[in-house]
Amino acid sequence: MAYEPVIGLEIHAQLLTKSKIFCSCSTLFGAEPNSHTCAICMGMPGVLPVLNRTVVEYTIKMALATNCAINESCNFARKNYFYPDLPKGYQISQYAQPLSEHGYVDIEQNEGRKRIGITRIHMEEDAGKMIHDEHMPSSYIDLNRTGVPLIEIVSEPDMRSSEEASAYLKRLHEILVYLEICDGNMEEGSFRCDANVSIRPRGENAFGTRTELKNMNSFRNVQRALDYEIKRQQYILESGQAVIQETRLWDDSQGVTLSMRGKEEAHDYRYFPDPDLVPIVIDESWVAEVRKNLPELPLEKRERFMRDYQLPSYDAGVLTSSRVLADYFENVANLSGKPKAASNWVMGDILRFLNEEKREIKECPILPQSLAEMIQLIENGTISGKMAKDIIEEMYRTGKPPKTVIEEKGMVQITDEAALAKTIAGVLAANTAQVEQYRGGKEKLFGYFVGQVMKATKGKANPQLINDLLKKMLTAS
Amino acid sequence: MKITKEEVEYVAHLARLDFSEEEKVKFTSQLNDILMYMDKLNEADTAGIEPMSHAIALQNAFREDTVKDSLSHELSLSNAPEARGPFFRVPKVIE
Amino acid sequence: MELHQLTIHELQKLIRSKEVNSSEIVKSVFKRIDAVEGSVHAYITLMKEHAFEEAAKADRCIREGNIRALTGIPVALKDIVCTKGFLTTCGSRILHNFIPPYDATVVDKLKEAGAVFTGKTNMDEFAMGSSTETSYFGITKNPWALDRIPGGSSGGSAAAVAADECIASIGSDTGGSIRQPAALCGVVGMKPTYGRVSRYGLIAFASSLDQIGPFTKDVEDCAIMMNVIAGHDPRESTSVPLDVPDYTAFLSRGIDSFKVGIPKEYFIEGIDPEITEAMRGAMKAIEGLGATCVEISLPHTEYCLAVYYIIAPAEASSNLARYDGVKYGFRADDCKGLLDMYKKTRSAGFGAEVKRRIMIGTYALSSGYYDAYYKKASQVRALIKRDFEEAWKHCDVILTPTTPTPAFKIGEKMDDPLQMYLSDIFTISTNLAGIPGISVPCGFTRQGLPIGAQFLAGHFEEGKLIQIGAAFEKHANAKQRRPNL
Ligand SMILES: [Zn+2]
Repeated sequence: MAYEPVIGLEIHAQLLTKSKIFCSCSTLFGAEPNSHTCAICMGMPGVLPVLNRTVVEYTIKMALATNCAINESCNFARKNYFYPDLPKGYQISQYAQPLSEHGYVDIEQNEGRKRIGITRIHMEEDAGKMIHDEHMPSSYIDLNRTGVPLIEIVSEPDMRSSEEASAYLKRLHEILVYLEICDGNMEEGSFRCDANVSIRPRGENAFGTRTELKNMNSFRNVQRALDYEIKRQQYILESGQAVIQETRLWDDSQGVTLSMRGKEEAHDYRYFPDPDLVPIVIDESWVAEVRKNLPELPLEKRERFMRDYQLPSYDAGVLTSSRVLADYFENVANLSGKPKAASNWVMGDILRFLNEEKREIKECPILPQSLAEMIQLIENGTISGKMAKDIIEEMYRTGKPPKTVIEEKGMVQITDEAALAKTIAGVLAANTAQVEQYRGGKEKLFGYFVGQVMKATKGKANPQLINDLLKKMLTAS
Repeated sequence: MKITKEEVEYVAHLARLDFSEEEKVKFTSQLNDILMYMDKLNEADTAGIEPMSHAIALQNAFREDTVKDSLSHELSLSNAPEARGPFFRVPKVIE
Repeated sequence: MELHQLTIHELQKLIRSKEVNSSEIVKSVFKRIDAVEGSVHAYITLMKEHAFEEAAKADRCIREGNIRALTGIPVALKDIVCTKGFLTTCGSRILHNFIPPYDATVVDKLKEAGAVFTGKTNMDEFAMGSSTETSYFGITKNPWALDRIPGGSSGGSAAAVAADECIASIGSDTGGSIRQPAALCGVVGMKPTYGRVSRYGLIAFASSLDQIGPFTKDVEDCAIMMNVIAGHDPRESTSVPLDVPDYTAFLSRGIDSFKVGIPKEYFIEGIDPEITEAMRGAMKAIEGLGATCVEISLPHTEYCLAVYYIIAPAEASSNLARYDGVKYGFRADDCKGLLDMYKKTRSAGFGAEVKRRIMIGTYALSSGYYDAYYKKASQVRALIKRDFEEAWKHCDVILTPTTPTPAFKIGEKMDDPLQMYLSDIFTISTNLAGIPGISVPCGFTRQGLPIGAQFLAGHFEEGKLIQIGAAFEKHANAKQRRPNL
């Protein structure tokens, strides 16, 4: 039987605010344990939370970027459970009234564009970290992360393959990073993903029993875990057994998902509205204010690049993969007036240089103006494309503008017709036998002459000009 | 019976409380009395009434996103029943 | 008269005229504490050394002419407000060793006004109780009859004022925990409007009901204390950003044109006849002062207790989840793993009443019961609030007894939670609606036990309560008697 996977993702993204969601402790990663903590985020008796306004703003941003409806009024609820990394014994989250609901994003698949529904986006606080001792029956608790703001983005069960899930995950990641509200670092845990997976016979409408997958801390692992889990469920169904609804952890080293059975108990979170926090009312003017400052989103930018710069879809995709790269390209394209050339240089040499050194585009030593200038120098024939390859390498190495590099290396292309004609005349005089043969019909020798002229000019001559002059002088007899 | 001894045990577990058999019996009976009394609420007509979660209706109480000093490390851990280095220590979860 | 017997305003006069200084007042108060604390047991922790240091500082301020609202005045704090560097137990074993790293906002404000703290007063564990019998640190006695309870949960703060072991004190009121002990101990106690006095640093029992307020020897002192502690606090989201009037300005306004509502639902069977009688006297007195008494109706009164005993435990079950033996407070020994540590710590750290309420609250919020209990109670709560809004169309303030009976005997209701809960029957609706209330002494039973009259007003109308309280108090002349200790 052919099975169809049904996948929904729950994404937690840490927001890039300076301070925590309900207190003024720093959110910086990597501090000494329990040093970014205060009475409030440690859940001391008597403390009260006050909401960081920027958290609301960032969440509205994400809601707008994913086409969600923003609820006029929303509130916080307490999710009650005991765990040592949760100092209050409850997590402040949103439950019955989240900030936003009913959104979507589009993903590109080979078969075309597909819309993935977003159920809700809500705000909540992160928990602390627990470190388990391998030798002693002890766990150690660091509360620095407690109270770092999170948004949870819950998708509809709209994905039908691990590829779709991966594309959706990348799309959300890209949007969050574009909005500059999350650094998207999966290894440090600032962007986390859980998945709900079930399978059903193709054509069936009812959902199968789902499992929840956790602990997938890279894009690759999400796809691997989903592929494994889909196969596992398929095997179970094909052997006539039933899938058990449970939480499973991805084990990266073994490449399998493992049941958490027994380690987890029935959840009864006893949600109720948090009496210590007041409703958040978001009026149209606040939404308009945030919308006004919303950057162009990756998909829009991609489409605009294809339309305005006539770029192929692949180029537009690469160039908009980050906001800084897209800005870099646009600068070069606009300053040079040659978008296709700009795209070729950025995607080719620039990205190759950066990749080799594992550097980011914002660290690129070549300023967009310099690259644009270089493109113009090729266009007006001052340098050849071949020379440009050497020049750009020097520019990357030194950070110098192209004109300086050209001057220092004496690399200006010979465009003086008279001077070049003189050189050609010399080449022809030194190769009388070949000239005879050429004129006798052996036209293949033309390339030989070009090579000789290039050699004589040390590659500095404009190839088009060489061609034109050679042709003229060889036929002129 | 509004609440059985088994339910009392379940609720006690949710609340991370332990009771002796004797206490369980006593609690079950006391909770039953109290919950029976609560049944009175069913007489009140609440159709279309918004639940009230705050005594005074306020909205949008915010703080600005600024970092202030955290507690000193020593003060953070000063009340800890058990600390190890910069950490709080707890016994491991037994599976 | 001795210094410890005087009121804030009386002492202030003596301080301003340089007849006494703070050190002398503090000395007098601690002498009194030495004499009677053994029989009353109003305090969990005394801050004697600190008090004398602060008194010396206050004396320097007095000499420099820098006299603020409470400069040099000895004030006691219920052991539910956090005091930086001083033990704060909330009457519980689970916090028996907790030293907060910060001061509650109300503590900041009192310090700022120059108050000198005498100590932390006894209370029902986590403010859950009406008798101060559930404290891990022993029972507080009623100064008027040592075999009786002082009321609760702020019994220590009420008894300390009644026994002159401080000049004024701070309590907290979730369902009557200031007004009920004030009535039973014959002092003035006010529960302000929800959001008027900051809850920051008040150890939470039921967050949507808790409110801090003062215990004083008379209504004028109540106005002085309110001037110090009221006001918006950016550290609390539910703190109300409104200006605070000068409450002392209401003291001598009289109640000439006041309409005083008498809710018919509050004069029910089960009220002690002597209290009914005292209420009749109070109505007559009020009319004699120029006000008119009108009958009003608060039709949902009969549901108050049920609503309260769902909402308060539900919030409490969540508020008390943080006491898990990890970050502070008590942790049980010999634990086999994490779950065992949680259960042993919480079972040994909390007393029976606290556990009972955690159980009720956890049950009311648990899967399948939320709608029937918590949601239903929150809806009826809205109806109760609406009753009051309707009432204010017909009257300025409401008069009720503060308690259905005078102080009962120690141990009398400990094994019957429902009977104990019934002692809050007249005070609970105030917290549910978020309105302010004051209990003012209103005479004595034939046995010599104090009786309290409760006045209620609309949101942020504490001024009206000061106004009628001051007029009524002058008339009732309740200050004449003192407990015989
Ligand atoms: Zn903090």
